[in-house]
Amino acid sequence: MARNVNFDLSHPLMEAGLESPADEEGVHDSFQQLIAEHTDDGAESSALELQQLQSDLDEESRDNIPLCGPEHEHRRQGASDLECDGGEREMDQIQGEGWSSDTLKILSSMPSRTIGRNRGAIISQYCNKTLKLRRRRQTRPSIRDFSPSSRPTIRSYGMEGDTTDAEVNKRERLVNNLQNLPVSDRVRMLRGMPLSVAEKKEIRNLVMQKEKRILSNKKLSCYSQLKYYIIIAARKSWYSWLSFLHSLQPWQTLLKRVSGRFGTGVLSYFLFLKTLLFFNVFLFLVTGAFLVLPQAVHPPDEATETTSFSGLDLLTGAGSFSHTVMYYGYYTNYTLPRRSRGEGGGQNASALSSDSQQFSYNMPLAYFFTIGMAFFITCIILVYSMSKTFGRSFRINKSHSILTMKTFSSWDFKVIKKKSVQIMSENICTQLKELLAELTQKHTKSTFCKRFCRLMVHGVAWTICIASTTGCMAGVYHFSEFIRKDQQNHSKLEGNPLMKEARLLSLPAVVSLINLLLPALFNLVAWMEIYESPSVFAYVAIGRNLMLKTSMLGVLCFHWLGGVAPGYEKLGLTCWESFVGQELYRFLLMDFIFTLLDTLFGELLWRLFSEKVLKRKRKPVFDIARNVLDLIYGQTLAWLGVLFSPLLPAVQILKLFLVFYIKMSSVMMNCQAPRKPYRASQMTTIFITLLCIPSLLGASVCVTYTMWSITPSTSCGPFRGLSTMFKAGKHWMEILEKDNPRLSVLSKAHTYFVENPFFLFVGAGIFLIVIYFHSQVVDGQRKIISLLQDQIQNEGEDKKFLINQLQSVHKQKQEAGKRLKSQDSTC
Amino acid sequence: MGNKQTTFTEEQLEAYQDCTFFTRKEILRLHTRYRELAPHLVPLDYTNNPDIKVPMTLIITMPELKENPFRERIVETFSEDGQGNLSFNDFIDMFSALCEASPRELKTIYAFKIYDFNRDNFICKEDLEKTLNKLTKGELTPEEVTLVCDKAIEEADLDGDNKLSFADFENMISKAPDFLSNFHIRI
Repeated sequence: MARNVNFDLSHPLMEAGLESPADEEGVHDSFQQLIAEHTDDGAESSALELQQLQSDLDEESRDNIPLCGPEHEHRRQGASDLECDGGEREMDQIQGEGWSSDTLKILSSMPSRTIGRNRGAIISQYCNKTLKLRRRRQTRPSIRDFSPSSRPTIRSYGMEGDTTDAEVNKRERLVNNLQNLPVSDRVRMLRGMPLSVAEKKEIRNLVMQKEKRILSNKKLSCYSQLKYYIIIAARKSWYSWLSFLHSLQPWQTLLKRVSGRFGTGVLSYFLFLKTLLFFNVFLFLVTGAFLVLPQAVHPPDEATETTSFSGLDLLTGAGSFSHTVMYYGYYTNYTLPRRSRGEGGGQNASALSSDSQQFSYNMPLAYFFTIGMAFFITCIILVYSMSKTFGRSFRINKSHSILTMKTFSSWDFKVIKKKSVQIMSENICTQLKELLAELTQKHTKSTFCKRFCRLMVHGVAWTICIASTTGCMAGVYHFSEFIRKDQQNHSKLEGNPLMKEARLLSLPAVVSLINLLLPALFNLVAWMEIYESPSVFAYVAIGRNLMLKTSMLGVLCFHWLGGVAPGYEKLGLTCWESFVGQELYRFLLMDFIFTLLDTLFGELLWRLFSEKVLKRKRKPVFDIARNVLDLIYGQTLAWLGVLFSPLLPAVQILKLFLVFYIKMSSVMMNCQAPRKPYRASQMTTIFITLLCIPSLLGASVCVTYTMWSITPSTSCGPFRGLSTMFKAGKHWMEILEKDNPRLSVLSKAHTYFVENPFFLFVGAGIFLIVIYFHSQVVDGQRKIISLLQDQIQNEGEDKKFLINQLQSVHKQKQEAGKRLKSQDSTC
Repeated sequence: MGNKQTTFTEEQLEAYQDCTFFTRKEILRLHTRYRELAPHLVPLDYTNNPDIKVPMTLIITMPELKENPFRERIVETFSEDGQGNLSFNDFIDMFSALCEASPRELKTIYAFKIYDFNRDNFICKEDLEKTLNKLTKGELTPEEVTLVCDKAIEEADLDGDNKLSFADFENMISKAPDFLSNFHIRI
């Protein structure tokens, strides 16, 4: 709706102000004062008014702007200039013209420039926010809030038509809005307000008092009062629960020391370790509560071979451990407690039947569902945290303001140590210089020859990496086959127990060695390559390392599930699942030992070597990406092993604990703050994604494949005798149907939905459609963002135009006034 | 949780929990830290809200702030008198706004206030120059500093007044993914 902007000289400026197109709600009240105080002849009184206005503004503003700030200097000079004849002083404005005091007044009170500056503006801003939130939360105001008039008015919705009230009224409205919000929203609003804590406490007090008043005034039903008290009690207990949770957080001081010395990058490694620890604790609690505890309380009937404990058992996980709750083979395939058949059947039948009615625990079903549920819940938690970090670090548009961003967001406020602060300063300096060089230099197109050379070098590097990975894959595969044949041949022989253990430990050792040495080779190869930016270098290194580890795990899974599982009898094993569980235990252990060795040699000895022999002042840098990938690898092993060894999460917890302390001490002693820029939030997102997609997904696929297609061993475990583990569920369905014909619907649903591949296809199709839809939404939002940016620029142009017009009007009036004066003086 | 403490009343602690991002234990710990700065000045008993302010010279000796080039600006921004003398409310406000749970909008507002050295509600060229000098500890030459400032303002200024208003600053920061994790002080 176009407004008729009148630039006629005879109109006083007051009217122009009242027709202001600015949003009334957001403007703080002294704008009106400004316009009202302005007179036709602004020149003489402007100086005095300026000072008065300044003191008015100062009273309201939170930070007491000292009267001798540079802008006020300009204003005062501007005012004094107006009084004397002659040219106006140049000030640093858009077009180099001196703005008049009135223009400056208007400029300074614009809503966009008062945000965050004074209390009035903040309070009105939050008033609007709370109102919007209230409207969103409530569908209708409660009938009690309506005034008893017969005509609905806008007042009954809590909106006041009069927007030019003083700050006190605005605060009243804010308090009113806050009081009507649900408690969690209210607290969130309060915490997010950029006011001082003292003012927030005051507002909160007002809200609480108002609530109490309302409650005591109204004749509330017993139910509402009870509800109110329950909410208060819930709130208190929620706070104490949060406090308790917070005190449970381990390693707070240690993490602070690390972040103080090394910054956010290295801290993110330790935070990732902490996250993995929590996942494992959750897994351990679930499997412990539902699998280990019931089985430990009701040990199986079969006579167990009691072998003595020897130290080697810790290394191999076999021996005395193999017939314990630790491995799959120990678990029974019947419902606990076992109803003993035969002996004393007659007399004890009644007692037994009453017992079994109290507690019956179907072990196979419990095993199946516990593992399934644990994976499912882990998946959900992981996807949720992935989406949260993704939301924080994802930027839709490539940003153009790199230099500004570097200036304002690159200083890591967590770093406390003097030396690290110095290093960070130097880093930022170097980065700024590089960015400047990039921006100022004309982008010289490199010659075709150079580009070709670079591509060739990249090609060679990639060939080396892929070739070495494939070579190692083949090597590991053949070695595992060799070990298997060896075991086949030696299964009947009673060899030296030490040799036996050595044979068992050889495969894990070889794989861990490959995992240690090959990334170093990749790093060496990457030295000869030239990359456009350091982040590309980091991504390529992660990619190659990931490729190596995935291929290793792939070969091992193929070896176990495709080689050991089908032909386990030939290997002399009674229970292949226990064997695979033991293998995974050994792999975890070897991984831990090699991490220890790597820390020792890679960091401690290297530091000593470089200090004493090479006489370099710099300590080695902690390679964050490689260490995080090692953690992900270990976690994948743990997830793969949960099915075969329910206590494996406990082993992983112990391992992570020890790794934390070892790495922490090593980092503190041997490493220094990183020299290269490390984008912590992007890297964290990448690592969580890697934990979800290759790691958890791969483990779930393996476990699902095991449950779906592989025959369990016939003489041990909860699924013995069934053709696949999955059949346990089906078996239970059949039993349920037999016992309770009404539940046949459930079993039919099971047959049609879970076993029918068509349903899976449809589900996957719907999932893909949802993803496509969301990607289209993101595209649309990107377009809207660019449109909005254009709009912002246009608004800026509009503002400039209006200010110039205002200024020209003022000048014209001024000149008219001067002419009148000179005319008067001549007459 | 039934801890016997006499520093604050329960209502005070609840009010602090509602208005800041800290839990009860953290609030008590912060009070201990505050008291450590000036034990003779700060009383142990805060139940009647004494009006005590710790001067800036003591606050910036805290290990979390000691090496930070912006320490004076941070303390000034959160002080009520603008001179850097913090009462306990201001102290807890400062660490709450800079803690991990603090939302992006709040941090952006305070970052803008901190980087606005002359407190005119704009980040003008002089503010930028001061920021750069503090960041690089004088390692950049004056020509480079001027160049960086010019380019930075060119990049981020949307409405063409050669200074960064809060809207410009917010727009630029929203595209910086590392801002949230970097603008964080652990206490």
